[in-house]
Amino acid sequence: MSNLSAEGGHGAVPLEGVPTGQGVPAPEPEWPLYEVFVRGKRGLNHVHVGSLHAADDRMALLHARDVYTRRNEGVSIWVVRADAITASSPDEKDPMFAPSGDKVYRHPTFYDIPDNVPHM
Amino acid sequence: MTLTEAAPDEALEAHFEATIARNDRIEPRDWMPEGYRKTLVRQIAQHAHSEIIGMQPEGNWITRAPSLRRKAILLAKVQDEAGHGLYLYSAAETLGVSRLELTEMLISGRQKYSSIFNYPTLSYADVGAIGWLVDGAAICNQVPLCRTSYGPYGRAMIRVCKEESFHQRQGYELLTTMMRGTDEQRAMVQESIDRFWWPALMMFGPPDADSPNTAQSMAWGIKRNTNDELRQKFVDMSVPQAEALGVTLPDPELVWNEERGHHDFGQPDWEEFMQGVKGNGPCNAQRMAHRRRAHEDGAWVREAATAYAAKQRAAKQGETSA
Ligand SMILES: [Fe+2]
Ligand SMILES: [Fe+2]
Repeated sequence: MSNLSAEGGHGAVPLEGVPTGQGVPAPEPEWPLYEVFVRGKRGLNHVHVGSLHAADDRMALLHARDVYTRRNEGVSIWVVRADAITASSPDEKDPMFAPSGDKVYRHPTFYDIPDNVPHM
Repeated sequence: MTLTEAAPDEALEAHFEATIARNDRIEPRDWMPEGYRKTLVRQIAQHAHSEIIGMQPEGNWITRAPSLRRKAILLAKVQDEAGHGLYLYSAAETLGVSRLELTEMLISGRQKYSSIFNYPTLSYADVGAIGWLVDGAAICNQVPLCRTSYGPYGRAMIRVCKEESFHQRQGYELLTTMMRGTDEQRAMVQESIDRFWWPALMMFGPPDADSPNTAQSMAWGIKRNTNDELRQKFVDMSVPQAEALGVTLPDPELVWNEERGHHDFGQPDWEEFMQGVKGNGPCNAQRMAHRRRAHEDGAWVREAATAYAAKQRAAKQGETSA
């Protein structure tokens, strides 16, 4: 009984002797991956909610509606092919964000204002 | 590199450990130890498979729901389980495993799913018992996973947990409705609880003493509670719910322990559990055959959609070059 755990959320599953994927190319060409962004309600930004596979943009939009907005979670959806996104790399985290790190004077708390000055 | 500087791998590992220690989340493009990545792929993938296979026991009753209201509810519930599977596959893919590979590992039986779904659903009361007990146990497991250390997994769990509450409540409400009915209906409910109580307790996995991997998973912040802790929580939650419902939980050892402040209870039949995990559960072959058939029967749809997309793309390119 030693190789099991409740890992898996919906009930215990085996842990040992279970493959975790080779990252090998799929036998049939896989539909492209789309990232899904949903605007929760008017006045809010679109927020990333997950991803899905679809044959084309239109199908991605329909699937996004079915998978991510079954309970009025959104008033607008964006789908973007994952391979069209340019992202910063975590490796270059420090140099990438360094320019803002040492500019404390960009924050309001940098400035001392006497306590008796109202509304500031 | 100077002598005092750590080797790159050690530095990365130290950064990873520090992130975990701060209770911060690990995100997809971060460096992570290979063991952490593999544990997550296995856990998230098999969690996803469980959601997908989990559609079958209840899906069995959709065409025979006793009313339009119950049918609409059951359809929505089963559709949610498909959604849960998709959120989780999406999270697993951020770890560098492809969707088709995940599907293939389920269909070939190389990866498993929770054995709770290998039990048959013999009456409509089972739809209620599954909602109350099986989804209830899943909630106990999944709520702490909302704080799991891997960002995409935790976010998927937050979406799932919001929906699970509906699953449990619709099941419990179904059972209360039947309990207000005839003697025959009450007997159906009790019979169903008798069958599902022990398998629900098994969902938390073997006792902690027999679960050596838990410690590493907890150290990595993937798992937040041990199997026994979660099982105890589930029992303590279920007892008053069973009382309110007017059913008996089929465990003669179940008794309140004043000293511990928890219920004492008996052990499930772990041999039955092991058989289920090995693929010898009552409906194991049927569940796998059904999933395989659904995948194969869907092949022409996937091909047609791919062909249509290619055609549309070609037409568009023709337009712009003309
Ligand atoms: Fe679920
Ligand atoms: Fe559920």
